[in-house]
Amino acid sequence: MIRLENISRTFAGGFSLEPVSFDFPHGETTVLIGPSGCGKSTLLKLILGLLEPDGGHIFFDGEHLNARNVESIRRRTGYVIQEGGLFPHLDVAENIALVARYLRQSQAQIDERLDTLFGLLSLPTDLLARFPRQLSGGQRQRVALARALMLDPEVLLLDEPLGALDPITRRQLQVELKRIFSNLGKTVVMVTHDMGEAAHFADRMVLLHDGRILQHGTLDDLLSRPSDSYVTDFISAQRSPLETLLRGRI
Amino acid sequence: MKRAALLLMLVALSQGTAIADSLSVGSKRFTESYILGEIVTQSARQAGEARVVHRPGLGNTGIVFAALVGGEIDIYPEYTGTIEREILRSQQPLDIEGLNRALSPLGLGVAVPLGFNNTYALAMRRSRAAELGIRTISDLAAHPDLKFGFSQEFIGRADGWPGMRSEYGLPHPMPRGLDHGLAYEALAVDQVDVIDAYTTDAKIARYNLRVLEDDRHFFPVYDAVLIYRLDLPQRLPRIWAALHRLENAIDEHRMIALNSKAELDGQDFASIAGEFLGAASAGWQHGRGFFARLFAPDFGRLAYEHGMLVLISLAAATAIAIPLGVIAYRMPRARQSILSATGLIQTVPSLALFAFLIPLFGRIGAVPALAALFLYALLPIVRNTYTGLADIAPDLRESAHALGLPPNYRLRRIELPLASRAILAGIKTSAVISVGTATIAAFIGAGGFGERIAQGLALNDHTMLLAGAVPAAALALLVHFGFEWLDRLLVPAGLRSAERTG
Repeated sequence: MIRLENISRTFAGGFSLEPVSFDFPHGETTVLIGPSGCGKSTLLKLILGLLEPDGGHIFFDGEHLNARNVESIRRRTGYVIQEGGLFPHLDVAENIALVARYLRQSQAQIDERLDTLFGLLSLPTDLLARFPRQLSGGQRQRVALARALMLDPEVLLLDEPLGALDPITRRQLQVELKRIFSNLGKTVVMVTHDMGEAAHFADRMVLLHDGRILQHGTLDDLLSRPSDSYVTDFISAQRSPLETLLRGRI
Repeated sequence: MKRAALLLMLVALSQGTAIADSLSVGSKRFTESYILGEIVTQSARQAGEARVVHRPGLGNTGIVFAALVGGEIDIYPEYTGTIEREILRSQQPLDIEGLNRALSPLGLGVAVPLGFNNTYALAMRRSRAAELGIRTISDLAAHPDLKFGFSQEFIGRADGWPGMRSEYGLPHPMPRGLDHGLAYEALAVDQVDVIDAYTTDAKIARYNLRVLEDDRHFFPVYDAVLIYRLDLPQRLPRIWAALHRLENAIDEHRMIALNSKAELDGQDFASIAGEFLGAASAGWQHGRGFFARLFAPDFGRLAYEHGMLVLISLAAATAIAIPLGVIAYRMPRARQSILSATGLIQTVPSLALFAFLIPLFGRIGAVPALAALFLYALLPIVRNTYTGLADIAPDLRESAHALGLPPNYRLRRIELPLASRAILAGIKTSAVISVGTATIAAFIGAGGFGERIAQGLALNDHTMLLAGAVPAAALALLVHFGFEWLDRLLVPAGLRSAERTG
């Protein structure tokens, strides 16, 4: 669905993304994982054209990403970031319907879609007229997801979408989102640094470190055939202390 | 909306032009001119032929003369020497007939010599002059250490310091420029030794000064006359006849006495003129108290003029400055030139900017004043628009991009609303500054509360000054609170509550 060919990017601060090539398969959830600053968010921004690559090519469903088609490709993509990225001056309904209005969809069409999305994401309709700051963190991320899904995009790009939530809300949303993604059959690319979350969502994982792909594959691949000692270190460092404690008891 | 703005503009412009059945009298910004202007005004009013308006203290010679040529006033009191040297730049002395011959191509004439000669003179403290044995201007040449404190106009005029210096061969360096109103005080405390004065100056006697004899007859004769537009005698014959009754009606002693009433007794010009004309109720008799001055009959007109100056210039500035701010935000290459050009305008002193704009527009009054206020209002709005846009949180800017919205739609629906609070704050800053700067517009005849301030300054009359400054300050406060209300109306609700809590 999305193909990267030798994509690279150097930043003024010294960090650079080494030439990366990768295929994100259609209908699958790929999780980009790695420590802070490994380049996983950079990769998402390159796919969206929010950053220009220094070299290489990006193909979106076979279409070469360039300045002319970037806006229409963005509209075929839903993007959610950690704090939601909702516009504070627009209420929930306006936030979600912003692009639909630009595309001059009818009010009936918009209302119908809002209904569907609110059902899908278990959002009460009395939130429609609220402003983002009047929502809880979980509600905000659900609304952000509704905005991303508004135009029924083929691809969802999620950058730490649950990163700012409390553990209970986070767990609840993990379960719901997994169900939604598999029901909708979307191509999902998710960024997280949480191994548990990655394992929960991923059909495939891509572990990045220092701007390079260290390894990709299923969780099993990473556990049983680590390509590098860093892979093992990264995974074992994320075994929670609680898990270790509990194991001793059982 | 656009049409309303245009209409307001036209109304404001029409303030500057005299209409057919009215007479507009001008005067310069010093006591004697105010009094003579008021005498002319009240004499004309007594004829009962037309509406007579006095536009007091329009400015210096250049500005008032420009107003006469431009038809914004019909007549004002002037001095033959000034017309000859300063206006016509004639090399030889001209009598009234000579002046009329030279002025008629401009559609102007002089008539009605009032009966006194108010020439330039140099004055020293009597005791200091006696101590140094100085009687005449020639005597000054022997005392190169004497400090001169001359008015800027005297320093600059051909018939002032430059001509006098070469005529008398004075060795003194370029003198210090002093406001004429302050020169007497500076002389009294020995900060300067010699000042320029007018021979009818009320303060010569009060400060016990010696007027130095012009032994080489350098200073021309400054007979007070009326300079007028040539269509006036036909257009308003009865007024014209009434004005002729002022011929030779004021000798030098009389003029000094009238000046003293204003400067030493603090009497207002209208009542001085009224007394002189023997009509106690000529014009409007206003009380002496602050509140009586504050709410004098011209209050409504001044408030209207002041408000219009601010409103029109601000509306135009907003319409230009917001797009400029957007360009500065979007085009890094244009940014520096836009921000520094608008910043540069701020550094030009307002009087200098007015002086530059008057020849550009070929007129005084509302038009150059609006242009200057417009230019000053640009910077705060441009800067705040740019900063407001540049300060949008990166994740919001990125989200807007990621949605696939084109630039103009993003600007309209997301970026400008997010920056609205900053932009409004910029407009508010400009508005409050404009209310203050508009007071200076009175110095070029644009009206507003500055008229009272200019008059108060010229007269050293603090009550008059306050009667102009206090309502201007009140207007600034009003504007301030008006914007608080606008903020509630225009800034999106989601942003407002955000600020209250976080």
